[in-house]
Amino acid sequence: MLFFLETVISGLMAGVMYSLVALGFVLIFKASGIFNFAQGVFALFAGLALYDFISEDGWFYDLFGFALPVWLGIIATMGVMVIVAWLVERLVLRHLVNQEPIILFMSTIGLAYFLEGVGDILFGSDVKPLDIGLPQGASDYLLDNYNLYVEKLEVVAAVVAAVLVIVLAIFFQKTRIGRALRAVADDHQAALSVGISLRTIWVIVWSVSGFVALVAGIMWGSKSGIQFSLSLIALKALPVLILGGFTSVPGAIIGGLIIGVGEKVAEVYAGPFVGGAIENWFAYMLALVFLLIRPQGLFGEKIIERV
Amino acid sequence: MRLKLLTKALAVAAVAMPLTTAVADAAELTIPGTIYRTGPYAPNGIPWANGIADYYAMLNERDGGIEGTKINYVECETAYNTKQGVECYENTKGIGSGALVYQPMSTGITYQLIPKATEDKIPVFSMGYGRTSAANGKVFPYVFNMPATYWDQASVFVKYAGEKEGGMDKLKGKKIALVYHNSAYGKEPIRTLEELSKKHGFELMLLAVDHPGQEQKATWLQIRRERPDWVFMWGWGVMNQVAIKEASSIRYPMDHFIGVWWSGSENDVTPAGEDAHGYLSATFHASGDNFRAHDDIKKFVYDKGKGHGDRDRIGEVLYNRGIVAAMWTSEAIRNAMRIHNTKNPTGEQVRDGFESLNVDAKRLAVLGLEGFTYPLQVTCENHTGPGKVALQQWDAKKGEWSLVTDFYSSDRDVIDKLIAEDSMAYAKENNITPRTCN
Repeated sequence: MLFFLETVISGLMAGVMYSLVALGFVLIFKASGIFNFAQGVFALFAGLALYDFISEDGWFYDLFGFALPVWLGIIATMGVMVIVAWLVERLVLRHLVNQEPIILFMSTIGLAYFLEGVGDILFGSDVKPLDIGLPQGASDYLLDNYNLYVEKLEVVAAVVAAVLVIVLAIFFQKTRIGRALRAVADDHQAALSVGISLRTIWVIVWSVSGFVALVAGIMWGSKSGIQFSLSLIALKALPVLILGGFTSVPGAIIGGLIIGVGEKVAEVYAGPFVGGAIENWFAYMLALVFLLIRPQGLFGEKIIERV
Repeated sequence: MRLKLLTKALAVAAVAMPLTTAVADAAELTIPGTIYRTGPYAPNGIPWANGIADYYAMLNERDGGIEGTKINYVECETAYNTKQGVECYENTKGIGSGALVYQPMSTGITYQLIPKATEDKIPVFSMGYGRTSAANGKVFPYVFNMPATYWDQASVFVKYAGEKEGGMDKLKGKKIALVYHNSAYGKEPIRTLEELSKKHGFELMLLAVDHPGQEQKATWLQIRRERPDWVFMWGWGVMNQVAIKEASSIRYPMDHFIGVWWSGSENDVTPAGEDAHGYLSATFHASGDNFRAHDDIKKFVYDKGKGHGDRDRIGEVLYNRGIVAAMWTSEAIRNAMRIHNTKNPTGEQVRDGFESLNVDAKRLAVLGLEGFTYPLQVTCENHTGPGKVALQQWDAKKGEWSLVTDFYSSDRDVIDKLIAEDSMAYAKENNITPRTCN
């Protein structure tokens, strides 16, 4: 029973880590109707930039002879992500207003390859061990007293995710910009007609998404070091989005938790009977089942198109 | 203005033409490198590729190439993707007077190239990876996997575990887990370990990890529950770093955790920091840059600004693996040139060079690599050579690997039987009549 509990807790914690990536997708989709395939690369890029600012290995140190303290490094990285968001709007999105969603989606695939290449050129492909002081390893207290294995880093990630969701919910529901974001998501042209600046909104939402990517990059980077495989975590977010719904912030969290627990329980209890490594497969199967029953996901908006 | 430009263009063409002709006329040894400097496995692919490229560059700068013929080393990016690897092969095999040898740097790519390269008569040198049964030179005339295979490593790991338990008979009733990359590469040792588990009576637990291995919680929960006595790992890239961290989190003893030689570089242990202290991995060569060949690389390549990587990373485990790969390859080409008395050997002749390769201790000393690896002899029948494996241990405090065992020989009774079975099955499937070796 204790082992089952451990499996469920580990699944929940892993799910939170997936949700951190899924949140970035939701934000952009919710506000602009674009499925941003580059979200995983955003997390990688943000992680690479942060490492460069705070370590003595990067070109920032080479240029100025000192590394930034972590808090300043995070702010500087956020600045980089805002610049990236501005460039994305200026060079990509501006030219694709009112295009079909598939065109916008394709442009984000191109963006993913481009950013990955730029990241490689700027920061190099080496593994960068990210240590910003987050706790690592299992909780000794729980392990020694209750023989319960819980990763400290993942507990921190859960707290961070909870705070993020609250902040984002307030931002979307209570602020003027949040309402403008939702208006743009509903209809680009209608939003333009009431005086909402599409360009500004896009820069804002891509910046916020860049911030979420930075948080995801920090958490995943602290777990395994900043490296290019980080861009593939986007694939982990896909089943989460299908399950939770592409437009729901709480959906990204709940979806992540269901996927996390589902895949861990499946791997541990069913895996040994079918040769193992069913985690990824199971997550997508679960998502597929949901697509059949509830295409909009648990919390997504049902789209009714009248012909 | 236009006339001026035209005159300049003509002048450039006039100067360049004889050069181009000269390059085309001069014999060159074309060695394509199907490398990966991008993608999720780049952190490991880069130092490995740098070691190879720097060694060839050193031979060109210091000796004018091999036996006086320049090496044309052509890199082609695969991103560790099998399809891209095959594309690279097709695009580079015809360069110059033809590619002389391929090092696929991936088991998946090796599997795809085996029939193609055999057809094209170009040797494939999958150094310590790829298809293990390619050791049988009678069935695989163009594939070489020296100095040891995955099966040798699996056998040596079991031998080491038995030694530490107090004898091979003490393995009976013990539990050994294999954590493996869920790919052709990761699955290679399973057959041998199954055989060895029958022979020694230990229980084998198989735990697959999907590409790229960023998330392994379920795997390590199972290890926590089952508490195997030993954990062996066939990992690559981020899978290694995550596994070492997870092992440390569940307080698995690092000195009972052994990685294949693709799970034993600085990249794999550094992200885990102090937690990786005591972790073991296989190797067949030394680490560090205190060899004459390294000095020559610094002097003839880096001092001239022609180095492929960072000077301070010369001597890392995967960099040195690149050096040893390039060294054996260049020695095989040298052999071919001598045997066939030519400055411009073909792939088929380089195959002969590989099959008469004998890099003994004396030759290693001449090459500036004394004690760097063990003496190696390849024959027509045996494309693996000695099949010896040593274990190295990571000292997190010093930040260095050190050899903790001698070079062990694998369990030949089991391995040779498996190689014969597997290679003959391949021959039957592909209608290959094994050649005779005289």
